[in-house]
Amino acid sequence: MINLTINGKAVQAPDGSTIIQAASLNNILIPNLCYLEKSHAIGSCRICVVEVEGAKTLQASCITKAKEGMVVKTNTDKVRNARKVLYELMLSDHNQDCLACSRNQDCELQELGKTLGIDSSRFEGERLPALLDSSVSITRDLSKCILCRRCVTICNEIQGTNILNAQNRGFSTVIGPSMDLELGEVNCAFCGQCTIVCPVGALTETSSTEKVWKALNDPDLRVVVQIAPAVRVAVGEEFGYPAGSRVTGKLASALADLGFDDVFDTNWAADLTIIEEGTEFLGRVKAALTGGQSLLPIITSCSPGWIKFIEHNFPEQLGHLSTCKSPHTMMGAVVKSYYAEKIDIDPKKLFVVSVMPCTAKKFEIERPEMMNDGLANVDAVITTRELAQMIKTAGIDFAKLPEGEFDKPLGLSTGAADIFGVTGGVMEAALRTVFELVTGRELPFDKLHVEPIVGLDGIKEATIKIENTLPEYDFLEGVEVKVAVTSGLKNARVLMQDVKDGTSPYHFIEVMGCPGGCITGGGQPRSDDPEVRSKRLRGLYDEDESKTLRKSHENPSILAFYEDYLGEPNGHLAHELLHTHYTKRGVYNELDSALAESEDVKKEETVTVKPEVEVSPMAVQLHKRDISGAKAQQEVNAVHNLALESENARLKSEVEDLEKTIETLKKVIVDSSNK
Amino acid sequence: MGELLKEKICEHCNGSETEFGEIDAIIDYYKGKDGCLIQVLHAAQGVYGYLPLPLQRHIADSLDIPVSEVAGVVSFYSFFSPTPRGKHTIRVCMGTACYVRGGKKIVESLEKTLNVELGGTTEDGKFTFEIARCIGACGLAPAIMIDDEVYKQVTPSKINAILAEY
Repeated sequence: MINLTINGKAVQAPDGSTIIQAASLNNILIPNLCYLEKSHAIGSCRICVVEVEGAKTLQASCITKAKEGMVVKTNTDKVRNARKVLYELMLSDHNQDCLACSRNQDCELQELGKTLGIDSSRFEGERLPALLDSSVSITRDLSKCILCRRCVTICNEIQGTNILNAQNRGFSTVIGPSMDLELGEVNCAFCGQCTIVCPVGALTETSSTEKVWKALNDPDLRVVVQIAPAVRVAVGEEFGYPAGSRVTGKLASALADLGFDDVFDTNWAADLTIIEEGTEFLGRVKAALTGGQSLLPIITSCSPGWIKFIEHNFPEQLGHLSTCKSPHTMMGAVVKSYYAEKIDIDPKKLFVVSVMPCTAKKFEIERPEMMNDGLANVDAVITTRELAQMIKTAGIDFAKLPEGEFDKPLGLSTGAADIFGVTGGVMEAALRTVFELVTGRELPFDKLHVEPIVGLDGIKEATIKIENTLPEYDFLEGVEVKVAVTSGLKNARVLMQDVKDGTSPYHFIEVMGCPGGCITGGGQPRSDDPEVRSKRLRGLYDEDESKTLRKSHENPSILAFYEDYLGEPNGHLAHELLHTHYTKRGVYNELDSALAESEDVKKEETVTVKPEVEVSPMAVQLHKRDISGAKAQQEVNAVHNLALESENARLKSEVEDLEKTIETLKKVIVDSSNK
Repeated sequence: MGELLKEKICEHCNGSETEFGEIDAIIDYYKGKDGCLIQVLHAAQGVYGYLPLPLQRHIADSLDIPVSEVAGVVSFYSFFSPTPRGKHTIRVCMGTACYVRGGKKIVESLEKTLNVELGGTTEDGKFTFEIARCIGACGLAPAIMIDDEVYKQVTPSKINAILAEY
């Protein structure tokens, strides 16, 4: 322990503490702005300056270590005056159009002014022209940036995406990508972590609320909403609940009150994802163990920030990704096919809104692959923060809402789906199902939690030995299944480097783009609770444990969906609706086929993992449950086969035409060279 | 804003894949040393005349530094230029002494003669025209520099004669 004096009081602090930490431990708060305790302490804003006896100048308390016998004063005239001037200088080139700013009343710069008792600036600095860079996911308003560099730290040190850095000099300084490029033009993953740490309105999600209000007010549209697992343990914070509070019931009521016609749960599609991804996993492992061609490890594909990251940084490794779409796009595809048919409505009149903890999902729904029959799977994504705003705008008193429920049939889910929102959750959910299908026994862990992969560590791993399998899975007898779980793109890069080098020991890897998983996704409420991650994590595990059904394959609604409509997991219809392919982009978008004009190029440069032709192992299991309606499914398959055959014929004739053209051209060349 | 820039760069690389092999030896020499980026950028600008985005990317990849950081350094220091520069650089001194003795008139006259705005490069690529904040030749005011050569007590009427040397 260190003994020092702060404001005349003798205090103690652990070795290695900074002055600001030592003060805070002793209930003395030092005003600060750019400081983030665990991740960003570089003393760039200097608001936290204090007087230290013996030091020539004021010291930034966030980076100055407390020392034995130090005498510190945090509230002298000199200190207050320095903070005042610093704050006024910050305001001098800040766009002060506060009333029209999305962060009004939720702005750390505003809050600091209140703390310091300052409401105007004596100085007028040179201001940047209003420079707005609006990508699909994230909007930068450079006139509001105060150059605190929190986003630079998050983007480079925590996420390792390296998009944002300081450019230019003096009043022209901006934080952004190289050479004034826009976020949408560079290899930004759209994870949105920068929008969480930005103290002002310089970095925000690109709002989609107007689009959603418009759809809600359109009498011709039936508006369907779904919410991601992580939203239910975070949105309450926007209404004064403590971090991690579970408000699922109230959320369902609020969505109905907002005027959504169907309130569904992305959890349902998470259960569906487990069936599809679990089947794909078993298929690939079987192929690998029985001498077939197979690419392992298989890597999860639920996190669109992660997907964009791998497309830019490891374009040659896309074959490792599961072909499963993310749960909310699966839900969108199901709503516009199965559900539209069920309630007999033209899918064009369905408008699907996803409430997500994520900014990257806004980009994901714009991908050309996320369409079926010319219709986007999902029409709009709003973040948890945007939903809270809509609830407030609509005058809904959230705390007084009754406990509602999700609508049927796409609202029922198991506990396995709840934990999709937290790092390790997708893997655990998959293992609960796969292990039980393979051995006929429950996953042998306390409360079904795979303990080694629970928690907030950056990279976690587990090994599960498979013994006494059911006869149809004897190829797995004695196999030690090695899995890894990571969250945060910098950690993902570490695991991917091993995959690229061919040294990865794993069969299955779960990756979530944001540190801790979706619970602290880029669209979640900003929190000043340092324990927010672990509280939201606990919230989701509690939600899981509170349910009777806790394994995806036990979800009766999912089983009925396969029986009535989809047929087999990984079957043809499943591939059409629920699976996707990925685009090689490259660090500088040099491979991006979306930028190439030719359709042919596009086809060549996308990677598709072909569907397993043999009947997938999980399908065997589902058939065992005596699926009636097999006839209907056969008909669907027959129609599908016909369609494929005709497509095949068309492509063949196209190839013939091309070959003829080539021959003709060859002749022309020979002729002209003879001349 | 990016679109414009791409055009600018592509004008000079003719849209072809640009190879920057000439500086790889320099990069290898400096790689891993503290503060190597500025040395490499300095050398690269010496070889290629300017630092277009593809070159910055090549340097970023080779040194394993984010290109946003490389661009940050390039845009911070006024002696690094991401756009093509003329064969010769004219710097008109606008320090106090030169300013008082008519530096501004020289700037205006050069703008007319070269038909280029301050900070720009002539169409034939011969001259890049900038101002400098005191070149330490106050006794010779008003002064201009072309590359490393200082010209003293310049008047608008002398300009044509000076430019003719190049």
